Formats: sequence, structure tokens, C-alpha cells
Amino acid sequence: MASILVQFLNGLAAASTLFLIATGLSLIFGVTRIVNFAHGSLYMLGIYVAYSAVNAFQPAGPLGFWGGMLVAALAVGALGALIEILILRRIYQAPELFQLLATFALVLIIKDFALWVWGAEDLLGPRAVGLDGAVSIAGRRFPEYDLFLIAVGPLVLGLLWLLLHRTRWGTLVRAATQDREMVGALGVNQKLLFTSVFALGAFLAGLGGALEVPREPAQLFLDLSAISDAFVIVVVGGMGSIPGAFLAALIIGEVKAFCIGIGNVEILGVVVSFSKLTLVIEFVVMAVVLVVRPWGLLGRPQAIQRAAPSHIEPPLRPASRGLVAGAVVLGVALLALPAYGTAYNVVLMIDILVFALFAASLHFLMGPAGMVSFGHAAYFGLGAYGAGLLLLRAGFPMEAALVAAPFVAALGAALFGWFCVRLSGVYLAMLTLAFAQIGWSIVFQWDSFTGGSNGMVGIWPAAWLSAKPTYYVLTLLLCAAGLLAMRRIVYAPFGYALRAGRDSPLRCDAIGIDLQRIQWAAFTLAGAFAGLAGAIYAFSKGSVSPEVMAISRSVDGLVMVLLGGVQTLSGPAVGAAAFTWLQDTIARNTEYWQSLLGLTILVIVLAFPRGIVGFLAWRFGRAEEIE
Amino acid sequence: MSAVLAISGLSKSFGGVQAVQSVSFEVREGELLAMIGPNGAGKTTCFNMVNGQLTPDSGTVRIGGAETVGRKPREIWRMGVGRTFQITATFASMTVRENIQMALLSHHGQLSRLWPRASSLHRAAAEELLARVGILEQADRACSVLAYGDLKRVELAMALANDPRLLLMDEPTAGMAPKERIALMALAGEIVRERGIAVLYTEHDMDVVFGHADRVIVLNRGELIASGTGDQIRANPEVRQVYLGSRGEA
Amino acid sequence: MNQGKAFLAVAAYALATCFAAPAAAQGTVKVGEINSYKRFPAFLEPYKKGWELGVDEVNASGGVLGKKLEIVSRDDGGSQGDAVRLAEELMSREKVAFISGTFLSNIGLAVSDFAKQKKVLFIAAEPLTDKIVWDNGNRYTFRLRPSVYMQTAMLIDAAVKLNKKRWAVVYPNYEYGQSAVAAFKKLLKEKQPNVEFVSEQAPALGKIDAGAVSQALADAKPDAIFSALFGADLAKFAREGNLRGLFKDRAVFNLLAGEPEYLDPLKGETPVGWYVTGYPWADINTPEHKKFIDAYQKKYNDYPRLGSVVGFSLVQTIAAVIKKAGSLDTEKLVAAMSGLQVETPFGPITYRAIDHQSTMGAYVGQIGVKDGKGVMTSFSYAPGDKYLPSDAEVRKMRPAQ
Repeated sequence: MASILVQFLNGLAAASTLFLIATGLSLIFGVTRIVNFAHGSLYMLGIYVAYSAVNAFQPAGPLGFWGGMLVAALAVGALGALIEILILRRIYQAPELFQLLATFALVLIIKDFALWVWGAEDLLGPRAVGLDGAVSIAGRRFPEYDLFLIAVGPLVLGLLWLLLHRTRWGTLVRAATQDREMVGALGVNQKLLFTSVFALGAFLAGLGGALEVPREPAQLFLDLSAISDAFVIVVVGGMGSIPGAFLAALIIGEVKAFCIGIGNVEILGVVVSFSKLTLVIEFVVMAVVLVVRPWGLLGRPQAIQRAAPSHIEPPLRPASRGLVAGAVVLGVALLALPAYGTAYNVVLMIDILVFALFAASLHFLMGPAGMVSFGHAAYFGLGAYGAGLLLLRAGFPMEAALVAAPFVAALGAALFGWFCVRLSGVYLAMLTLAFAQIGWSIVFQWDSFTGGSNGMVGIWPAAWLSAKPTYYVLTLLLCAAGLLAMRRIVYAPFGYALRAGRDSPLRCDAIGIDLQRIQWAAFTLAGAFAGLAGAIYAFSKGSVSPEVMAISRSVDGLVMVLLGGVQTLSGPAVGAAAFTWLQDTIARNTEYWQSLLGLTILVIVLAFPRGIVGFLAWRFGRAEEIE
Repeated sequence: MSAVLAISGLSKSFGGVQAVQSVSFEVREGELLAMIGPNGAGKTTCFNMVNGQLTPDSGTVRIGGAETVGRKPREIWRMGVGRTFQITATFASMTVRENIQMALLSHHGQLSRLWPRASSLHRAAAEELLARVGILEQADRACSVLAYGDLKRVELAMALANDPRLLLMDEPTAGMAPKERIALMALAGEIVRERGIAVLYTEHDMDVVFGHADRVIVLNRGELIASGTGDQIRANPEVRQVYLGSRGEA
Repeated sequence: MNQGKAFLAVAAYALATCFAAPAAAQGTVKVGEINSYKRFPAFLEPYKKGWELGVDEVNASGGVLGKKLEIVSRDDGGSQGDAVRLAEELMSREKVAFISGTFLSNIGLAVSDFAKQKKVLFIAAEPLTDKIVWDNGNRYTFRLRPSVYMQTAMLIDAAVKLNKKRWAVVYPNYEYGQSAVAAFKKLLKEKQPNVEFVSEQAPALGKIDAGAVSQALADAKPDAIFSALFGADLAKFAREGNLRGLFKDRAVFNLLAGEPEYLDPLKGETPVGWYVTGYPWADINTPEHKKFIDAYQKKYNDYPRLGSVVGFSLVQTIAAVIKKAGSLDTEKLVAAMSGLQVETPFGPITYRAIDHQSTMGAYVGQIGVKDGKGVMTSFSYAPGDKYLPSDAEVRKMRPAQ
């Protein structure tokens, strides 16, 4: 009993921190509709700045310590305002999700910045002044500071409630969360509202970080681990709902604490490690919640967002003669690459082609179907693992494994997609992420079958394909076939039905289109193409590891699609090429390559808010009918 | 003339509030029936029970004699029901012609095809429909740049694509200029009469109601309080009191 | 500059760099090195300093084969696919003689398999996984750092001596942690059959919920704890466990916790009396270490971490193998690696012919606090060769070649 009580308190303390990070993200999304990838980075900065501030002000006694924390949170809030004013404000008019690209760039820049300022070593801050001991609860020693944290969560929740319900500013925020257009119509100074919301969100992230100083060291991994936790909580609670975020934080904090408390249990003769389950438990919770409640626990169905006229894609046109000729020339030039390029050009081009196919398969969902996936790497990974497992475990010849692997991915996509297509918008995106993480954790844990965290080695092409130029030609043919097939499908009735579903589900219903079935089929198809990319990738590397289906690979895919331009068909391929090439070139030639890559992406974002191909299409006259 | 749509004893409540209470009426072939009533009278609820978006608590909805309660909107569409919306719902990223082609492709069950070019299928049929609603010259323009009145016509053409026997039009002229309203309703009237389609529509504009409806039914607080020709409704004292009375005059 | 011109400029630059050959320095011997510098800077920055110092020293004393030694280093960003691609790049573009480096076990294994496929020598510097020399061992791969098994085995004697019955284990949930615990359980049971493992916690790497984990461990009332935590997980665990009285009257064994990379952040809160493997850089008085640390401090005005020793010893290995082979031919290099003797700051080591594992050892001892900093007290050097399984066992694990 006593241990249950204490684990419950542990869960509460953890929930407070989770709530602080998540609530800011939720506010920002609610008002600005920006999926702020950099939120975890702001949290990380909160810890680092607080570490420095607390150490600097420590001599001033308790006031110095607690004041230092507040200063850190305020500083992060100010940085948030700055980011909004300098960067995000310029791209609100861009197609939805494009802002995600900018915040992704910020993640890279902030990480390198932190490394540059604070160095690589973990920095463990001092214990909380005045709360550095432990009290006895149920015969166990419990840290005073954790009790303080337990109180902070509800306190912040209460203050936010007052702010949102008792001030004019709060009324505006709530109105904007429900209907963004309405606020514009009310004649509110939208710029100021957005900046202040972003600053408040950043402040809360910074505060969450600062409050962790007495509990954990500042370190450079915190950004990504915090952001995935925060997203999960925001979505489980319901996007834009602050009480929802609190409830979700509570549930996840408690579920984790009890998984740890339970430890290993023998169920029907099998030892189940609940402790190991903490690797993925929040994503399991999220998947269950979203399947049962498609808008999170306390969220409401999102008001249908009418796309601004500038966001509506122009009708599809058949490729112009120039474009066809250009594609043929490019194809020939690529086919002949081994003849005139260096050996490394060939190797790099294999990666570029694979990622082009992967990005195009993601775009197939994001663009025509309007279904954003944050977990598309799952199918890339299933293809890669499918190839490896069929080759090594099932004894398939390499060629057969390559052919069969996309079907493995398609099967996975069909399974996950069945649930996902019942959702829409960010919730759909997050359910794809949840499934991807669940898939990842299975692959990561199943040592005897998938090789666990080490993955599998020895996945090499058959002898006749083993020379790089030969394998390159095979890659080129398969990827080109995949890209052309997807393009053809987009022009076919099926592709039109997808675009119809994106444009107006209501109209689809009224003309008898079974949208869920169509979207499910699209999900499966996209999974198959991603799986093909994954299988080609596995054979080009000779090995697979869980990294092929990690979040970062999904994010890379998103970045490629957005970079190229989500409203164009060739955009994803160009985005994949640009991103892969940039990363390769910059990483090989500079030390602070992450920030340089981030800056480059920021420049592209600000200069070409339609993506690279979107920009070209607009610049060179394929846009019309702008009246 | 036989009843295309027959509704009897339809009821629906939301959390204790009776939105629609044992409403019964029929719409016959070639007839335009306007459903009117003050805000909150239950028009939209009624409408959505007919088109399948809501399931009634009790009562029956028959289309051409077949029960539709419990069927999904797209199944009801298959039974020959076309719809237009109060706020137009078209495919903004497609051309006008492609919008119609989508309805035709769906009608012919060809939406799963992965190979042929969608824009080359049912082209002639689509253009015929566009010509009928008078916007053929707009066929190649994107829906996103169309004038609102023309979008309404696109919707009408889409609704006609599966040769419906019943047309459900929710506020067909909302948001249009007065002159356009009359033109659109005249066109709709012409088409339904030549094809023998039954129409049920809701409307706020009394000119559109009395100028085009063959019959009018009036809902108030979820109940059907009157039914008859335009003249009969105008003369009905109860209607004048609860509905027209509140507006001053018709 | 308008957008169109900007675009053309970028495109032109892209084309230019695609086909540009690397500027080849004449008369150097190039060796490739791949690591996840930006992913694990805490370990890999000192490592890089270590090998840079090593290269300086090798070149100051005449280089290799009469030429200057050049390490061509690449950052794989923690991605296995990128690491393999960079290995190809190093071989085809930079024409390196062979490849070295890597930190993560999965990347180490992937590059090792690549080396086997392409028949090129690979010296794995950091990855700890046992598999790289045993289950997945191959002809072309050699590993420098003492493995998980070796470091675990180094702690067994002390554990057996304490004769504790009830043990709890905690480890990061991936292959390193799993194999450390598996090795610990196996070795301890062999020597102390009555031992009981009463609790097992496996938090995700970098995401330990230290309060809950400490509580769960304490509730199992163990006599002793074996931990394979490191980095931020270790710091959180140490602080929470201290606060909650978990370590009171309990013996704690923690792999790697004596390495400055992980010990230093604990500062004054370093738990006293834990048994660890590590690197007490300030207190090693052997001449070879003195020489190393003086040179290191002179060059960087900073003290070395364990990574620095590994980086430095890697270059010593590289120089030694090229010298012994007398050539850059892969087969000759591979042959020279077997049984190669190298002088390192930890003394002479040998790359075993049987499994290609070096005999580099680690320092084993207890930790304590001195002047507000964590230090290793009462330590001794555990030479690697003493903590490897018997040749028969190794042969059973390592695939026949």
C-alpha cells in the first residue's frame, strides 16, 4: 500500500513537468495552428539558462536561486517572442504545416547554439534551495522538491484558467482557438495576439525546463525527448485544451510511475517487464485514446478550416512538353551517371533516389490525400526490416526479398491505416506517430527476431547486383518506376478521389464516395512505396537497425516534402535531393553543420514559402488564374 | 403522382430537447416542396435525417418506397438523392469540369481505377451537364476562382450527375444576389420538371419560397404546423402568428 | 539579388561541389574515421582531441611509411545509413587506407559488416557491444575499447567478495544494458550460486524516471544493486537515490561511472563507495600515462577524459599497424593487426588473434568525493586479457571464418 501511495506521488511530480511543457505547445497550436517542433528546444534552453542563472545568482541566497529560475523562464519567453516576430510571422500565409519546417530548422540551430555556449558535458545544477531534503511519507523518504512540483502543476493550471477566463486577452485566445477567422473579423490586433501567445508558450516551456534543474542535468538530448512527450500529452488531452493537457499529463505520469512500480511480473508463465514498457507506454496510451476518442480526452472536433484562397492548390495539368523533355533528359543523365560521375556520386545518388521515393510516398498522403503522417518511417522501416528478415530468417533469395518487402510494409500500413483514416488533421498525424513508435519499440525490443537495438547485418544484394553502379541502376529504375506510378495514380480517378476527399469530405459523402475506403487504400499504397524505398535502402547499406523507423526519419521525410513544396508533384523528389545533398555537403565540410543546415533551411523557408518546386512553378509561369 | 419521398412520424431529440416531433409529409415527382420555419424550428435536423447524416429516434423515411433510416449518406445517394449545400461544397483544387466528372466517376463506380486519366473520362457527359446549368464556358476554370453564383450551379450539376429522383437543397440561394437567386431557382425548377425530379428545399428568402415552390410546409419548434400551396400558407393564421408574424409581413 | 538569381546561384554551387574532387594532399597516408560527433559530443569531443594529439605525435616522430598520417574524419549524425555511406565516401573519394571509429554499437556493427563485405580493415574504437568481436565478428574488424563483458567481469571479484544475496539491477533498455546485466548475472551466479535477483528496472535510455525507479528498487529491499546507467540517467539516479535513501547500507556497482565523462557532472553529489569501472586521470602515475597527460594538458589546457585515451590509443594503433604491415595493402594490414602490440597511456595492449579484441583494460575501484568533485579512490588497473572468457568459449561464440 505504502509503495503504491509513493509511486502515485512520483507520478504526480512527473505529471507537473509534463504539463508545463505540453500546455505551452497546446496554447501555441490552438491560436496559431503552428506545430512547434522547437518547443522541446525551448524547454532545453530553459534548463540550460536556469543552470547558468542559478549558479550566477546562488550567492544571493534563496532569492538568487528561485529568482534565477524565473529569469530563465522569462528569457526563454522573450526568445519565443523574438522567434515569432523574426521568423514565423513572415510565413503564416504559407500552406499549412510549412511553419513546421521553420521550427525544425530552429531545433537544429538551438542545439548547436547550446553546444557552443554550454559545451558538451552534462550540467547537473544545484538542489533547490530550501527544498533540498526529503520528508518521510508512509515510511519512505520523499524529496521535498517533488512535493513542491506536485503543487506547481495545479497552480499553473489555475493561473492559466484565470488568465484565459478573466481577462480580455484570455477571451481572445479562447476565441482564436475555436475559430481563427473570427478573431481576424473582430478587428483584433492579430500580430500582437500571436506574439504574446507564442511568448507565453515559450515561457511555460522555459519554466518547465528551469524547474527540472534540481532534478536532472542539462544535456543536449532533452529537446527531442521533451518534444515527443509534449506532443503526446497535447494530443491525448485534446489540442488546444489546457485542462485536457493537465489530465493527460496526469494519466501518463501515473501510468509510467506504476509501470516502473510493478516491474517484472509473471503472467501465464511469461515474465512481462512493465519497466521496459516505459519505452513506449505513452504512445500506447495515445493510440488507445485516439482510437476511442478521435479528438483526445477533452478536445473538441476541430472547426473545419477553410483554406485561404492562396492555400488552394491549382488544378492538375498534364505535364507540359518541356517538363516531359526535361524529365527524359534527367533520366538519361542519371542513367549514365556511373559513366561520368565519381564513385561517390553514385553512392550518394542511391541515397537521394531512395529518399526521393520515400518522400514521394509521404507526399502521396500529405498532398493529394491531405493526410499528414508523422510516422511514415514506420513503412520505410517495415520495408527495410521486411527485406532483412526475409533474406536472413526466411532464407529468401535477395531478389525475392526485395520484391516481397513492399508487401510487408503494405500489410503494416493497411493495419495501422485502418485506424488512422478514421481521424483527421493533427490527430491523424499523431496516431500515425503513435503506431510508428509502437512499431519501432517492437523492433527495438525483439532481440531474437529483429536483432533489437543493434539491428541486423549481412543484408547485401545478390552477387550480380553487388557492384555499386549495377545496384545504382536498379535503384534508379525502381525509384523512377515508383515515382512515375504514383504520379500516374494522382492523375487517375483514384488520385482524384483522394484530392476530392481533401477538398471537401462533405461533398464526397454527397456524391457517394466512400472516403475512408479510398483513404485506407491510399495509406496502404503509400506504405508499399515507402516499403520499397526501405528495402532498396537496406540492401544498399547491408544492415538495418531501429533507426530506419525512428521519429527522426519520419521528420526527415516531412522536411523533404515541405522543402520541395507540398503542392507540387515533383517537389518531394527535389526536396529529398536538396536535403540529402545539403546534409552530406555541410556535414562533411563544417563542424557546426547542424546549425548551418538549420540556417540554410530557414533561408529557403523565408525565400521560397511555397517550397523549392512550388517557387519554380510560380516563378516560371505555371500559376494562372490569379484574379 | 407517386411520392418520391415519404416521411412519417419522424422524431429526434438532442439531450432532452425535442428538435423534431412526429413530422410527416411527402414530396411527389416533379414537385418542389419548400420547408420553412423560424430559426431552431428543426429544418436542418429534418433535412439531415433525410440525407442520412442523422439517425431519427423514431419514424420512417422512404425514398421511392425503400426505407433509408440507418443508411449512410453515400448509400442514400446511391438510391438517387442529390444534394446541394447552404455553403457550397465543391472540390476547390479541380476545374469545374473535373468536379462534375468526379460525380460521374462515382456514379459509374470507377473511383478505384489507378491507370486512366480522370480528366479524360465522361468528358462529354460532364459538359452536357454544365451546358444544362449554363456554365459550360467555365469548364476549364478552377473552382476556387469561381463566382459564388456559379459555384451553386456547379453544385446543381454535380447533384444531377447520378440522375437523381430526389434533390435535397439546403438554402439553395443563400449568399446570392437577389437577381441570381431568381435565375437559379428558375433553372432548378425547369430541370426538375423536365426530368420529373422531386425537390425538397429549405429557404429563408420568402420570394424564393413563394415564387418557386409548388407546396410549402412550415415547421415550428419541431412540429409541422401547416402545409399547402403558397397562397394557403400565406393565409394560414397560425403561420402568420408564429412565423410570418414575427417577421412583420411576407 | 532576386529569388530567381539566388536559386540559380545555389544550383550552380550544388553542381560545382558534386563533381569537385577533394583536394588531395600529396604524400600523406589517409585513414578514415567516422563518428557521431554531434550526437554524443560529451564523449566524442575529448575523443577527437585525443586522436588529434595522437596524429601530432605520430607526425612529429616522422609519420608512417615516411609520409604524414592524415585522419579524414566524418560525422554520421548518429545514423547508421549515413555511416555506411560515409564509409563508401572515405574509400572511394578520399581513398583512405582503412576505416576506424564509431561509437554506437549498431553503427559499429553496420560498418563492421560493410568492412567484411568490401574487404577493408575496420578498427572499431568505441562501440562496446560484445557482438562486434564475437557473434558478429569478422576477419576485417578489430576493436579497441574493453567490451561490456570485460568491464562487467572486472567488477565481479569485488561483488563476490561482498557476498550479498539479494541483488537488484537497473540498466538502460538497449543492447548494451541488456548484455551487461546478462553477463553480470551469469558471472555472479557461477561464483555465488545462491544469489537472487529481486528487482529489475530497464528505463529507456536518457529517459529514466529516477524517483519512481529508485522507489521501485528500494521496495524490493535488495542487499546490493548493479547498475549499467550512464550519462544523464546516472546523474538523475544518483541524486534521487541519495535523496530517497536508496543507497544507504547498500553496495552499488555501476559500470562506467568512474569515467570522467559521467563522473564529473555529479560533482559533490558523487555517491561514496560505489564500485565502478572508469578512468582516474589525476591519480595514474605510470610513466606512459604521465607522458600522455602532460602532452594533452599542454595542447588543450584541459584534462583528458576516457574518450581522449581511446582516441589517442586509436592513432597509436593505426601507426603501429601500418608500420608493422609496411604497406597499405588490406590483407597485409589485417595480418598485421592480429597480435599487434601497441603502447597506450594504459600501458601495452595486444589485439588478440583469436577474436580481434584488444586487451586494453580499465581502472576499477570505488568512487568518493574530494574537494567537491567526484574521484576514484582505491583503484587498480584491470588488464583486459584477464577478463575475457576462455579461448574455447570464444571459439564457440565467434563464427568460423
